[in-house]
Amino acid sequence: MDLGALRLSLELSALTTLLLLLLGLPIAHWLTTTRWRWKVFVEAVVALPLVLPPTVLGFYLLVAFGSRSPVGRAFVSVTGHPLAFSFQGLLVASVLYSMPFAVQPFAAALARVDRHLVEASYTMGEGTLQTFRRVSLPLALPGVIAGAVLTFAHTLGEFGVVLMVGGNLPGATRTLSIAIYDSVEQLDYGAASETSLFLLAVSFAVLVITYALQRRSLLA
Amino acid sequence: MRTLALDIERKFAGGPTIRAALQVPLEPAVVTVLFGPSGSGKTTLLRCLAGLDVPNSGTIRFGQESWFDGAHGVHVPPQQRGVGLLFQEYALFPHLTVEHNIGYGLRRSPVAERATRVQQIARLLNIADLLQRRPGRLSGGQRQRVALARAIAPRPRLLLLDEPLSALDAPTREDLRGELRRLLEQTGVPSVVVTHDRVEAMVLGDRMAVLAEGSIRQVSAVPEVFSSPADVVVARVVGTENVIPAHVLELRDGLALVEVEQTRLWAVAPDHVASEVYVCIRAEDVILEPAPSARTSARNELVGAVVAVAHEGPLVRATLDCGFHLVTLVTRASASALGLEPGAKVAALVKATAIRLIARA
Repeated sequence: MDLGALRLSLELSALTTLLLLLLGLPIAHWLTTTRWRWKVFVEAVVALPLVLPPTVLGFYLLVAFGSRSPVGRAFVSVTGHPLAFSFQGLLVASVLYSMPFAVQPFAAALARVDRHLVEASYTMGEGTLQTFRRVSLPLALPGVIAGAVLTFAHTLGEFGVVLMVGGNLPGATRTLSIAIYDSVEQLDYGAASETSLFLLAVSFAVLVITYALQRRSLLA
Repeated sequence: MRTLALDIERKFAGGPTIRAALQVPLEPAVVTVLFGPSGSGKTTLLRCLAGLDVPNSGTIRFGQESWFDGAHGVHVPPQQRGVGLLFQEYALFPHLTVEHNIGYGLRRSPVAERATRVQQIARLLNIADLLQRRPGRLSGGQRQRVALARAIAPRPRLLLLDEPLSALDAPTREDLRGELRRLLEQTGVPSVVVTHDRVEAMVLGDRMAVLAEGSIRQVSAVPEVFSSPADVVVARVVGTENVIPAHVLELRDGLALVEVEQTRLWAVAPDHVASEVYVCIRAEDVILEPAPSARTSARNELVGAVVAVAHEGPLVRATLDCGFHLVTLVTRASASALGLEPGAKVAALVKATAIRLIARA
């Protein structure tokens, strides 16, 4: 197995999961508490990667990362290299692509927290942030873990977006799924089956963990 | 006198509008019962006081503080009101032990002080041996006490209790009513208790505000609401017209002899008899006969003069003065047969089974 690709995949998945915890929890919290009438649009945008072909997302990201877009130019002026075909670009793409896998379980778990518990906390002097930390988050924890695990697994297995945005640069953007594709193209079925089996096992384990956690959170 | 003064309007989309004006004295700390049928908006009113619900217009003032002022855009958030709220289903934090539930509102206190306060409250409420348990492993009555402990631990300036006994099964509820009243007295915090249960209102409350058909229709001492309802809506809502303080003289064969003013009445004794009770008689349970009654040996015979007569459709509501005021409800036919008019003397008969004794707060 391509150990460089494995390391890269694990790094990418871990960082994506971390970023989506930091980003996805506030979004999920906002989605479950806001009374803003247009929040359906935000929900739809978050869910888009579920239905969009990865190539479409990848295409738009390539355009956004390019030298003609303000984002792309700003990134080059700060780091000296373009976002496209870099690890950072891959990370941005992964965060967007895995967004629904984090935000939806987070939001579902937070929505199940009894509203009265939150209100009880308010009357005892705690604000939104402290209430989230002391009440909502601990009670939604199984769902949050499930979302994080799903995000990790989903990022580990992503292919289309990576290929579009990252290409196939060993050590920078060549992830496990790209390595499999590469092996098959080179008719190296041994390497391909080794990596595939690894991904299959990881994905299966992740789903088992996720479902077990969801069961527990429903029983709790 | 410092008061909590509320005068608000709360509209519900496609539903009723509640207009409520109410003054709750803060010194001395008394228990005000907010009484009304289901769906009358009692809980909404309580939530407005807690700051969890926002009225559409009006004002809420706590002493000198403005908690809500619709015209000036003032809304003090629940965090800054210093109220303790007891939810109907108690809303204990299931992931925290009893100890941490009680200490929840004390995060800003030093650790040692917090521990002392939790211990002190736990002893007061007799739950010191439950501190390490989670709420899932508590009985209904224990949960209620933990919830009360959690609400009073941060020393609130006002306690709000939403149907505090309704989540309990009937036998537990009976046992805990009197206990809750004692606890409310011990905390010394002015309280507002929402209930739709007459007995709860009598046992828990000093004062009573009746919320029905969109507004607060009467605020007075508890027995007064029952004996002199401000209008027919209140009369219908409270149901029991006669609530008279009395004390128990003796118990015999499951019956209790009680003394009301100068009159003695026999009543079916409840399971737990206190010495000070309310005698509760529904107006329609009083039988009127010409005075003096032919059956002078009958128990529970009261002779008195009619002081007021009011016609209510096919019925006549007559108030007698027989040492205390007794409200009666008879048909138009029997009213004219008896010659019911102010000054007329009649005899009133009440069966022992129609008299309900409720321990007085």
